[in-house]
Parts: sequence; structure tokens; C-alpha cells
Amino acid sequence: MLRRAILVILLLGAGSASAGQVDWPEAGLVWKVFTLQDYNTRQVVISTILLGVTAGLVGTFLLLRRRSLMGDALSHATFPGIGAAFVVMILLGGTGRSLPGLLVGATVTGLLGVLLVMAIRNTTRLKDDAAMGIVLSVFFGVGVALIQMVKDMPQAGPAGLNDFIYGTAASMIRSDFLLILVVAIGTCLVSLLLLKELTLLCFDESFAASQGWPTVRLDIVLLTIVTAVTVIGLQAVGLVLIIAFLIIPATAARFWTQRLGWMLTLSAIIGGVSGWLGASLSALVRDLPTGAVIVLVAAAIFLVSMLFGRGRGVVPRGLRHARLRRKVGRQHLLRAVYEIVESGQPDVAEPVRNLPITFEALLAHRSWSAAQVGGLLRTARAEDHLENTEPGSVRLSEAGFGEASRVTRNHRLWELYLIRYADIAPSHVDRDADLVEHVLDAEVVSQLESELQDRPSSLEVPPSPHFINHPSPEVS
Amino acid sequence: MKPFVDPPVIPVDGRPEHPDDLPLSIHDLTVAYHRKPVIWDIELNIPEGKLVGVVGPNGAGKSTLLKACLDLVPKTSGEVKIYGESYKKQRSLIGYVPQRESVDWDFPVSALDVVAMGTYRKIGWFKWVGKAQKKLACEALDRVGIAHLGDRQISQLSGGQQQRVFLARALAQDAKVYFMDEPFAAVDAATEQAIVALLKELNKAGKTCLVVHHDLATVKRYFDWLVLLNMRVVASGPTAEIFTKDNLQKTYGGKLSLLDDVAEALRHVGR
Repeated sequence: MLRRAILVILLLGAGSASAGQVDWPEAGLVWKVFTLQDYNTRQVVISTILLGVTAGLVGTFLLLRRRSLMGDALSHATFPGIGAAFVVMILLGGTGRSLPGLLVGATVTGLLGVLLVMAIRNTTRLKDDAAMGIVLSVFFGVGVALIQMVKDMPQAGPAGLNDFIYGTAASMIRSDFLLILVVAIGTCLVSLLLLKELTLLCFDESFAASQGWPTVRLDIVLLTIVTAVTVIGLQAVGLVLIIAFLIIPATAARFWTQRLGWMLTLSAIIGGVSGWLGASLSALVRDLPTGAVIVLVAAAIFLVSMLFGRGRGVVPRGLRHARLRRKVGRQHLLRAVYEIVESGQPDVAEPVRNLPITFEALLAHRSWSAAQVGGLLRTARAEDHLENTEPGSVRLSEAGFGEASRVTRNHRLWELYLIRYADIAPSHVDRDADLVEHVLDAEVVSQLESELQDRPSSLEVPPSPHFINHPSPEVS
Repeated sequence: MKPFVDPPVIPVDGRPEHPDDLPLSIHDLTVAYHRKPVIWDIELNIPEGKLVGVVGPNGAGKSTLLKACLDLVPKTSGEVKIYGESYKKQRSLIGYVPQRESVDWDFPVSALDVVAMGTYRKIGWFKWVGKAQKKLACEALDRVGIAHLGDRQISQLSGGQQQRVFLARALAQDAKVYFMDEPFAAVDAATEQAIVALLKELNKAGKTCLVVHHDLATVKRYFDWLVLLNMRVVASGPTAEIFTKDNLQKTYGGKLSLLDDVAEALRHVGR
């Protein structure tokens, strides 16, 4: 049952991705590819899963070190290395297609590009972004020119080097697979062994240096493992998109957690899942480039994380804000009603009694529009804070009146505190109190009470410390 | 406060007799950024067990002086000795509190994680933070009065609490000499009192603390030794002798906007 459900989902995904092509793979094959049982695609899928896990780990540090763009400059700088390595291998009498050889070339120019960025930054007054922009485009340009020239070499034939730009996982021989496996596992190990050192480097470089950690060398190690991921990802993901594979899992993970350990774990999982789904899909559907599909899967996970991430997702935060806004609106309304009722009472010494007031009095009390007041009243009615009265007048329920006196009391305690301890003029205190009082919890209120203990009868609502403007008092 | 004991007489310029006993001895130090000197010809000797305030106007090179002592900026010339040896050899004796704004407080770590960073050097390469270090970090947090906030993500702390986290991290370093860059900058009154109490406690334990400070009104109460800095060392010595109208004018001289501050400070001195 579950198996069939998964099949349908995967097929739908593959189907919609192929956008109407009649090239539907059969269900059995789909199942085999996704569960790594298909011999032809198994290596590709396993290697992209590993690549994703590694990219997730390394990308987290890259992100926290704020070197995301450095990764981009690096990946583009690998391109001329690929072309150059190809030429060298042909001149040496080989075919020029050996992956290890091409990757060595890529590593060399990739690191060269990074060093050049650092050199430009340190010797001129140019900033990081400009230095990276220059290196990125110049190196990529050199790469394009080189590859074009290689194409015209008689021995070369259709070189397929352009595959490194967008990535294709279709062709992978056993030795390539092993190479990627070893480098990926090695890179994971390095980043886990240096977990504490890299964390410190990313968080507080100068403290790290003061403790004697070799920050420059640690930075180089970080860039080296980024280079390693980039280079082994060139074939499957391509140099244009590898940066997304490094950054997206880490940024998506950040929406869910506030802890580095969890961020690394989640980022690795997101990277791995993107690699797995992306490579499987592109293996099933002809002409679907691996790199693009992987990045799209990662982007989909990112989107979900951004919207619903527990810690900082847009929706949970929006809900929190909405809750606070509702609370603020409710408290403003209740206090307004209380103040109007209070002002209509001749004897200040008497306890305030709950009386109905007119809608107009409420409208005039604060700078509210009729629609706003209407909305606030509707909410208050839904919360049983209002009693049903004839139209045009407003009367609090018992619960509402209790809440109103509590809210007003908090507001005035806070105002008194501000006047006494924060040197705020009584005429200004209302606005400042407004901003904070809605987040006062019981603990703060009891602290306020003890601070202002010397006041008589502190359990009642204290009189307002400033003049309250009442254009028209209540009806009685 | 303990009664003031006369410190050993140490010439401000010129070398002391036994520099090996001094927690900090600076000779002929100059630091320049882009060929523009920030601090010049610094001669400074700090006796052991002092609470030292480093005071001067903005741009006087206070932070640079600290960073030069810690090998964080390249020295154009001169040398810095910690107990007679170079900083490289004496690192384990040093605790450092950088300026609070120098890091990104949105970083995904808890207060306890940050404090534990003070123990990293002792843990050594490749090993992760263990139970023993976490316990040390807890104790350090307790000493600055925020043990209950250990699990908080650091962006959810107030400015004062963040500053205390930094101090706790330096405590976890278990040092003999502490360098603190503006620990009192933009903190609440409660934190300021907590920091002062901590400084006195360190002082009692015989530690030396170098503290970059900018509030002239509190200098006399907080520090028993003073370094007045404005690109050069204007004066250095016991606060009671050094914190004079004349020296302050030399330090802040020419900066008219600061005259009011100085006047204010002098009123405090007069009390």
C-alpha cells in the first residue's frame, strides 16, 4: 500500500517534470531507481546522496563564515582548469576524458581563483564582492574560450566538457564513483573533526586568534573542503549550480533550529534527500539535467522551510505577530472602555462601576476609525468580553470588566514605573507605556508592584498619572 | 575597598628593573594601518594584580593597543612582553573579552556553547566539547550571574547578558591577565554592577585586568591603575596620581566637543 502510494507520488513528480513528454518510465523501474536497486543508476544516485550530505555539512560552515559568494567564485574558477587539464592530457597522448585528471585541473584553477580574490582584497582597496565578481567572470570567460578551442582540436572530437557547466550524472564509471566516494567521506570527516575549530572561526575569529588557533590556516582548510565538494560535484551538478547545493540546504536548515549541531544534521539530511530525489528523477526522465533537478528539489525544501520552519519560518512568525496584534487591540479597547467609564464617575474614591458607554465616546477616545472599532468590538464579543446591549452603546461583561481593570492597572503601574525610574515626563509616558505593557507577564507585574509598594492600596487600579482626554463621557 | 598600597615605583618611560615579573611590558610599540600610525612609541609597564583602566578619546587607539598586545594586529615596530615572554609563549595566561559588536549574535549557538569556547585551547585539536568543559562553562556563567540562561540562543539575550556571556567565556579561560575591550559599553545598570563586582573579585584573586573604558565619571571608582592614551601614552600610573585635570586635558586636548565631558568628570573628581 505504502509502496504504491510512494510510486504514484514519484511518478507524478517525474511526469510533471518531464512536462508532457510521452517518455514515461514503467513503475517497476521507478521503484528500483529510487530504492537503489537499479544497477545502471545506483552509482549515480549514491554518489549524489553522499555529495548532498557533504555539501550540507560544508555549506553550513561556508554560510556561517559568510563566504557564500566565495563558493561561487571558486566553482566558476574551476572551468579553465577543466579545459587546460583536457589539453594537457591530450598532448600527453591520452584521451583527455579521465575524470581524475580533469578534477585535478579544476582544483588547481579553483584554488587559484580563491587566492586571487584574497590577493585583490588585500592589496587593493576593492571589496570582497568586486574582487569575486572579477575573478568569477574572468576565469569563467577563460574557461569558455579554452573549451571552444579544444572543440576545434582534431583529436578531441565532441569533448562533452560542457557537461561540467550544468552537470550530467548519466555517465559515471566505477573508478569515478570510487573517487567521489572517497573524497566525499574524507571531506565529511574533516569537517566533523574540525567541528569545534571551524565553529570558533566562524563565530569569533579574533578570539580564536587570541587563543592561538591558526585562523588563516583554518580558513584555508575550510576553502579546501569547499573546493573538494565543488570539484566532485562538477560532474553531477555542474559548476553553475553547485553553489546552490552548498548554500540552500544550510539556509533551509537554519529556519528550523537555533543550534549548530541540529543545523549541521538537518542541512546534511536536506542535501542528501535533494541529491537522492534529484538524481533519481533525472535518471528516469530523458534530457532532464541532474544538477537542475537536484537544485529544484533543494529549493522546494527551502521554500517549505522558509514558510513553515519552526524557529523562524514566515508562517509561524506571522501567526505570533497576529496573536500579539489581537492581544494589543483587545487591551486597547478594554482600557479605553474602562477609562471612559471611570471618567464619568463623579467620586474618585469610589470603586469604578461597570456602566454602558456610547459608541461615539469610544470612537473619540483614541484615534480609531469606525471600522477599526467595529472590528475590535466584534473580537471582544466573540471573546465574551461584551454584553449584548442596544445598538450604539457598549457595555462590558463581568469577565470583560475584570480584564479591563487588570489591563488598565498594568498600564498605570508601568507608567508610574517609567515616570519614577526612567525619567519620562508624565505627558509623554502614555505612548511609551503602550509599547511595552502588552508583553508584561505576571512576573514583571509583581516586580512592578513591589517596586511601587509604597503606594497606598496597590491592589486597586491606580489613578492615571496624566490627563486623559475625554471629549464626551458615557451615558448612564 | 582595601586600603591603597603604594605600588612599586616604575618609571613610565624607560624600562623597569625586573620586566619578567610584569604581567605586561610594552616597549617602543607602533602600529599603523595603511601607513597611518594609530598608536606611536608606546612605553608601558603594568604591575601585577592591578585593575587597569585604559582611557582616551575616540580614535585614540585603545582597542588597537589591546589587539597589538594579543598579536591580533601586526606591529610596525616594538615588542610586547607578558611576564617577560612573547605573547605566543604566554597565551595560556591570557583571557580576552572582545568588543560585543565584533561578532554576529544571530549565530546558532547557546550562551553555554559560547562560554565553552573559552576552554577550546585546553581541549586541543579535533576533540569535541565534553562534560567537564560544559561544567566549567556553567560555573563561569554562574559567576556572572546568568547560569539560568545557559540554554538560550545568544540572539535572545539582552545586550548586558551578551556582555556577561563574553566575560564568562574569558573566565572559562582561567587566565592570569585579562584584556577587556569596552565591557561597559551599552550595558544596563545591573550588568555594570555585576561586571564591577567581577573585576574586584578577579583583582582580589591577584589577576591583572586591562579594561578599555570610556566613562570618565567612573574611572576613579573602578580602577586603581590608569593608562591615559591618545595615540601615545599620555600618562600611566596609580589612578590617584594620574587622574588629574592636567593629564585629562593633555589626553582629550584639542577635542572641544569633549570638554564638557571632561568638565563633568572633573566635577566627579572633586567630590
